[in-house]
Order: sequence, then structure tokens, then C-alpha cells
Amino acid sequence: MSTKTIYGIYGDDEDLLKAVRSFNKEGIAIKEIYTPFPVHGLDKAMGLKKTRISDMAFFYGLYGTTLATTMTWFMMNHDWPQDIGGKPSFSWLENMPAFVPIMFELTVFCAAHLMSLTFLVRNKLYPGAKAQNPDPRTTDDKFLMEIESSDIDKVKEAFINTGAEEVTVRDLNIA
Amino acid sequence: MSHYESQVREPLIIGHKTYHDITEDIARPIENKSGKLWWFAFSIALVTFLYGLGCIAYTIGTGIGVWGINRTIGWAWDITNFVWWVGIGHAGTLISAVLLLFRQKWRMSINRSAEAMTIFAVVQAALFPVIHMGRPWVGYWVFPVPNNFGSFWVNFNSPLLWDVFAISTYFSVSVVFWYMGLIPDFAMIRDRAKKPFSKKIYGILSMGWGGKAKHWQRHEELSLVLAGLCTPLVFSVHTIVSFDFATSVIKGWHSTVYPPYFVAGAIFSGFAMVQTLLSVMRKVMHLEDYITRQHIELMNIVIVVTGGMVAVAYLTEFWVGWYSGSRYEDFTYFSPGAAVGPYWWAFWALIICNVLVPGLLWIRKVRRSFFWTFVISIVVNTGMWFERFDIIVINLSRDYIPSGWTMFMPTFVDVGIFIGTNGFFFVLFLLYARTFPAIAQAELKTILKSSGESYKKHHTEDDHHHEH
Repeated sequence: MSTKTIYGIYGDDEDLLKAVRSFNKEGIAIKEIYTPFPVHGLDKAMGLKKTRISDMAFFYGLYGTTLATTMTWFMMNHDWPQDIGGKPSFSWLENMPAFVPIMFELTVFCAAHLMSLTFLVRNKLYPGAKAQNPDPRTTDDKFLMEIESSDIDKVKEAFINTGAEEVTVRDLNIA
Repeated sequence: MSHYESQVREPLIIGHKTYHDITEDIARPIENKSGKLWWFAFSIALVTFLYGLGCIAYTIGTGIGVWGINRTIGWAWDITNFVWWVGIGHAGTLISAVLLLFRQKWRMSINRSAEAMTIFAVVQAALFPVIHMGRPWVGYWVFPVPNNFGSFWVNFNSPLLWDVFAISTYFSVSVVFWYMGLIPDFAMIRDRAKKPFSKKIYGILSMGWGGKAKHWQRHEELSLVLAGLCTPLVFSVHTIVSFDFATSVIKGWHSTVYPPYFVAGAIFSGFAMVQTLLSVMRKVMHLEDYITRQHIELMNIVIVVTGGMVAVAYLTEFWVGWYSGSRYEDFTYFSPGAAVGPYWWAFWALIICNVLVPGLLWIRKVRRSFFWTFVISIVVNTGMWFERFDIIVINLSRDYIPSGWTMFMPTFVDVGIFIGTNGFFFVLFLLYARTFPAIAQAELKTILKSSGESYKKHHTEDDHHHEH
């Protein structure tokens, strides 16, 4: 028996959640789920790990602070330590209050932009990328579950029992 | 049902809607042709924009002296308009970021348009720091770029340089925050598109989004963290803008209340602009079921609260001006000198537009009325323009040395550029309304079952059955 891709389409997010739980019980591995909006609790039901992009954002922010600190120190205190309006330029710390706005903005700038880039890269999103959802209705009001299995009848039955509106079977390479 | 919500809360989506209805309602303005009204509004906006461009070209070609500024009052309409536009932008971030942190569901039908307003307002604002330069062609010198002058750097002590960092960070982060939210909505338009051209365009814009479970998980985390970053950002940006004045030695400008007070004023005027835009938009684009009386009332409450903060700041300035014992403070903003001086009319325009008229929003009937909301929102934005004008011009017109006292009179170029930025703003906003999903449909669909009118009714009936 060859392995095939089986799609089940649900019309309601609650039916979908119930189906995920029942598939877990039956030991059918879910390949992917496509939904038109974030369904609350779906990641837990599917057993997805917590995302780490917010941890990354913290480090990107630290990078921004470091960048601003180094830049202000180098330009204002090291390279050209001038007297501009009586501001002390002997050491970075003496004139630090004037650098706070820059440090803050660069922290936010780096954290926000680098995190967004990480998001795009990790999700393989880029201008011109092929649509990742196999059925266009999943961005409107349908919820699609994708399963790869060789036991097609069992999966089909599980889909029908959990209230799927539509079940389709495709060869792996076509999907 | 797993969706429990108190029946005390009013529904946020009116009528019997399904997920598909939301899709249809939001896609309709994009998929249909523009009406006559749109072309009419767009033409007017475009003409004013082009006129403003002409005025800008005239200023740069001839010299800054074509403006009404003089040797005493070096900042007038330029920086007034700059602060006004930046202030307008702030409500968009407040709605999308701060209200997200507070889990306010009502933000979902207004955040997309409010963020669009932010971005288009910041574009207008960003014009002024460039065109008010005497030599705008060397404007790039504000960036700390290694160069052939022995690497001659910028001076990080200046709030005008902080402005460069603040505005460019604010603009770019706002665009990214907005865009990340738009990706799933562009995907929805892409998947519905019938014409190959629009399918191609929305395909590029949506970057291949497919709504995978892991992607949604990351998307929600991203939105939350960006909201957490945008909230201090929005406060910092207008704080830094206020530093342009507060860090100076000019009496009336040198005031420690400016940072929070400017931010409150920004939210005040920004929400007023959202009200102006949305009260028209909901009618023209038939979004009455999504932008409801409840949304309008809640925004009016924010206007009342921030308007109250601004009024307290006026009183504080007035009090501290007297309490300081400094004779110079008597001519400052909100001091007796301002109220009866040569700019008395600007002072009283501000008090009437910012304190007295918005006070009517304490009355429930007024703040739930679409008509009065629209009128008051325009009054507030007029008042907030005068606030910036008063701060800048009144304080400069009567400074420490009486021989330097003078008045300011704008020229047609000052006025033309301001009108031009309004035209540019509406050009961008009208184009946005025709091509972008004006409501964050993916977000709105998450609250349909908890805050939709028919679902809420359904829950009441369920409860009723349980009791018997």
C-alpha cells in the first residue's frame, strides 16, 4: 500500500478542535492544519512546541542597545570629543542622559525588525512565494487537515466520524 | 458552548454573520469598481496634493524666506504641522498595540484603518523636517554615515537628531507591524481573486501565506511582542518630539510636563482623526455591522479621558507659570499674557476646541451620536492644531528681550503646503481603502462566536434552557 495525502475539510473551528483530539486518541498523526484565522488552543491540541521568536527578539533588542551605546561613545567621546553647548564629553557616562533616546529607539528598531525578519524566514514567506495552502477556501471559512497515511480507509472513516464536510485523497507528489 | 462572554457586553458584530459573510463584506470594496464619490474625493485630494507639491518646489527653489517665518519666529507652521501630523499618527499605534495588550476586542474592526492612518500621517509629518531645512539637499548629513570629512559625525545631544531616530523607527516599525497583520488578509484576497493580475499582485503581497498552525502560533507571538514594543515606542516618539521644545531654554517651552502631555494630546487628536475617517468609512464602505455605535462610543470615551489629561496639563502650565515667580513665565503659553496678548484668539480657540466642546462627550447621547461624533472630532483636530501653534508661536513671539518681540503671519506657501499634506494624506488613504482589506478579517473572525450579535443571542437562549 502506498502512502497518500488525505485532506479533510471542516466548516467550524470547534469541530476541528474536537477532531484533532479524537485523532490524537486514535494515534493518527496530523501532518498540517490550515485555518483562516488563529484557532485558540489548536497549537496545544496538536502538541506544537512554544515558539522561540520572542526569545530571539530579546537578543535582537540587546544588540540594538549595544549598537547605540558603542556608536554614541565612539562618535561623541572617542573620535571627536568636542564641547557642544557645554555638554561634558569627557566620558560616555557623563553625557549619558542625552543618549537615552537613541539607545531606546535602536533597541526597539532592532528587536522589531529582526524579529519580523525571523518570522518571515522561519515561515518561508517572501514576495513571490507560492501559496502554501492546498485549498483556497482555507483563507476564507474552511479548516483543512492534512494527513499522510497508507491506511486510507481508517483515516477516511475518522474524518467522516468527526464531521468533516469533504474528504479528498491525493498522491503525495501532486500535493 | 466553549465561548463564554458576559451578556453585559454589547455585541461587536451586528447581525447574523458567518465567517464567509465577513470575508465577503471585507473583500467587496476591493473587488468592485470605484464609485463616482470615490473618484470625486480622489480628484480633489490629488489636486490639493499637487498644489502642495508646487508650494514645496517653490520653497526649495526660491528659499525658506517665502514662508512667513522671521528672525524671531523661526519655527511656525512647519513644525506646528509636523507635530500635528505625528500626533494624529499615534492613535493608530495605540489602537493596534496598547488595546491589544489590554485584550480589547473592539479594536479588531478599527485597527487596520487606524494603522493605515498612522502610516499616512507619519509620511506627512516626515515631509516637514526635510522641507523646513534651509538646505534640504544636505539633509542626509543627519545620518551618522562614515564620510570623507575625516568621518565627521552628528551631534547626539540634539533632540532634532533624536527626532530622526524616533520618526524613522516609528515609521518603519509601524509599517512592519501593519504589514505582518495584512499578510493573512492579503492571502484571503489572493485566494478569491479571479483576474490574473490581481491574483499575481496579492500573491506577491501575501508572500505565500497559507495559515498553517505553526505559522499562526508564530504570528500571534509576533503580534504580541510587536505590540509590546510599539507601546513604549509610541510614548517615546511623541516624548522625543516634545523634547524639541522641552529641552530648550525658551520660557513656556522649558517644561517637564511636556512629554506625557504631548503624548496625551497625540492620542486625543489621533482618536479624533480616527473618528472623522471611520464615521465616513462605515457608511461609504457599508461596514456599519462591524464599526458600530459601540465602537464609536468607546473611542469617544478615550477622547474624553485623554482630553481630560490635556486639560489638566493646561491647568498645570497655568499654575506653574504663576507659581514659578518668574516674570518671563507670565507671557507663556496658558499664562495671563497668552490669554489677553496679541494671540488671544489662538489661545481661546484652543480652550474652546480642546476643553469645552469635547466636554460634551460626557453626555451619553452625544457620544453615541454619529453626527455629533463627526462634528466634535473635527473640532478637536482644529483645537489640537492650535495647541501646537500656540506652544510654538506664542512663546517665540514674546521672548526674553522685548526688542525682539514680533508677530507671525503665514504666507500662501505656508498654507499651501499644509493643505497639500492634507491632500496627500487623503490620496494615500483613499487608495488604501480601495485596495487593502480595511478590516483585519482574520482577527475579526476570532471574535465572531464570542461577540457576534446572533451568537450572543443564541447563548442567552441556551442559558434560559438550562435554568428550566
